[in-house]
Amino acid sequence: MKELIKKTKGKYGKKIIPGFGISMGITISFLSLIVLIPMASIIVNASGLSFEEFIGIVTEKQVVSGYKVSFLCAFIAALINSGFGVILAWVLVKYEFPGKRILDGLIELPFALPTAVAGITLTALYSDKGWIGKIFAGAGIQIAYTKVGIIIAMVFIGIPFVVRAIQPVLEKLDTQYEEAATMLGASGSKTFLKVILPEIFPAMLTGFGLALARGIGEYGSVVFIAGNIPYKTQIAPLLIMTKLEQYKYADATGIALVMLIASFLILLIINIVQSYMNKVTNN
Amino acid sequence: MKSKITRIILITVSFIFIGGMLVLPLSSVIVYALRDGIKAYKEAVFDEYTVKALYLTIIATMSAVALNTLFGIFAAWTITKFNFRGKQLLTTLIDIPFAISPVIAGLLFILIFGRVGWAYDFIEKYNIKIVFAIPGIILATIFVTFPFVSREIIPVLNSQGKDEEEAAALMGADGFKIFRKITLPHMKWALLYGVILCTARAMGEFGAVSVLSGHLRGKTNTLPLHVEILYNEFNLTSAFAVSSILVIMAIIILILRNIVEYKGKKAGEL
Repeated sequence: MKELIKKTKGKYGKKIIPGFGISMGITISFLSLIVLIPMASIIVNASGLSFEEFIGIVTEKQVVSGYKVSFLCAFIAALINSGFGVILAWVLVKYEFPGKRILDGLIELPFALPTAVAGITLTALYSDKGWIGKIFAGAGIQIAYTKVGIIIAMVFIGIPFVVRAIQPVLEKLDTQYEEAATMLGASGSKTFLKVILPEIFPAMLTGFGLALARGIGEYGSVVFIAGNIPYKTQIAPLLIMTKLEQYKYADATGIALVMLIASFLILLIINIVQSYMNKVTNN
Repeated sequence: MKSKITRIILITVSFIFIGGMLVLPLSSVIVYALRDGIKAYKEAVFDEYTVKALYLTIIATMSAVALNTLFGIFAAWTITKFNFRGKQLLTTLIDIPFAISPVIAGLLFILIFGRVGWAYDFIEKYNIKIVFAIPGIILATIFVTFPFVSREIIPVLNSQGKDEEEAAALMGADGFKIFRKITLPHMKWALLYGVILCTARAMGEFGAVSVLSGHLRGKTNTLPLHVEILYNEFNLTSAFAVSSILVIMAIIILILRNIVEYKGKKAGEL
């Protein structure tokens, strides 16, 4: 059969399966209407700004502090998620225990739960009167309406990205390396650090990057617990929202453009590091 | 012995993390919602505005799922069944909405159809309302969930190759028949999985919809936006009562997701 297909390929050109024209046409039309034209609009709109105007908008004190809050909190949350993500993925892949399937199924909860619901619930839990907030308030620590609260919301929405990135890699990982290391006398932690970690690191990085990008852009679950105190807990997406409410479209566009560039840079850097890592481990 | 202790510690940490970070918030929604009794709960859930918001959420979700499923199938067919230049670029472009903040997604459509937008005069002439109206909400929902279906089915179709489809085509089957008889049975679980994820995201979308809705009660309010309004009015019990509708929907989606994943893995797809 394969021979026959190869022969006919030569005779009739490359495309044997029908429908290339129409499916390509529909794909490109939808993509243009929904994604490409809107994306072009933001660039056209931003190019209406002069360079000085643009710099003026994005270096305004409030905007800079918004970026700082968003990036810093998202970075810390992604780090926390990387740690717990490895533990969760490890437990789900390597161990058998009662309740495992439920635990596995729950990982996706932050994907399924609407962000606004997550936002108000976390705020209620961590405010001074909430179940968890009360305990910390007794020790004089405030969580809701501080950066810690923002980080908790970002950990909540980011955890599935890391776990689901690492899990398949751990599942495929051959256990014989581990066994060899153990038999050669390596301790458990040494085996993990020297044998397993290098293997799952690229996946960890992907999860880290996705969680970071999601955290930076996240609005619904963060905006309630943040409390939006200017210069302290105001996140960048909220600044865009505020500018839009004041009909300052140019300002909103400028702030958004920097965030867009940042997210694409993050994804790009991760891709580069990943392909480099793959090269190293394959050799 | 030592590894046994590690094992117990790690499993305990996992349960504490998932319990504290995920399950506790979920159950607290229900507790807060029922705080003022069943009667208050019912009043909030069957409130006129809540029902209208639920209705709009369903419309927006169904539109997004229908359109993105259609797109996902065509995009996956194009990308996995043919060779052409720029395939990688096409795949990357489809994934763009995944990397964009929902608030920016909303902003994009304001910049097109809003008062400063380049299409404003045109839609004004034909008296079409998009910003602060239902079409805007639907459009924003479609945008944020755009890659969800195609992302799930492309890898499955890729791994299955195209030999069977090519054989069918050589024997004279038309495109639709090939799709119905060969491609669809191969990817049905992955397709269903994508539809479920798309539904989950669409019904819960907040940021993008929030930018475009204008928060008009009874008109452009989806359930998540209604939750926000109630919360900002310090009407906490009602906010959590309305949230509980979304929580129940989320739990149903999670259960469906797990069933489909299980069946898909059994069928060797996912």
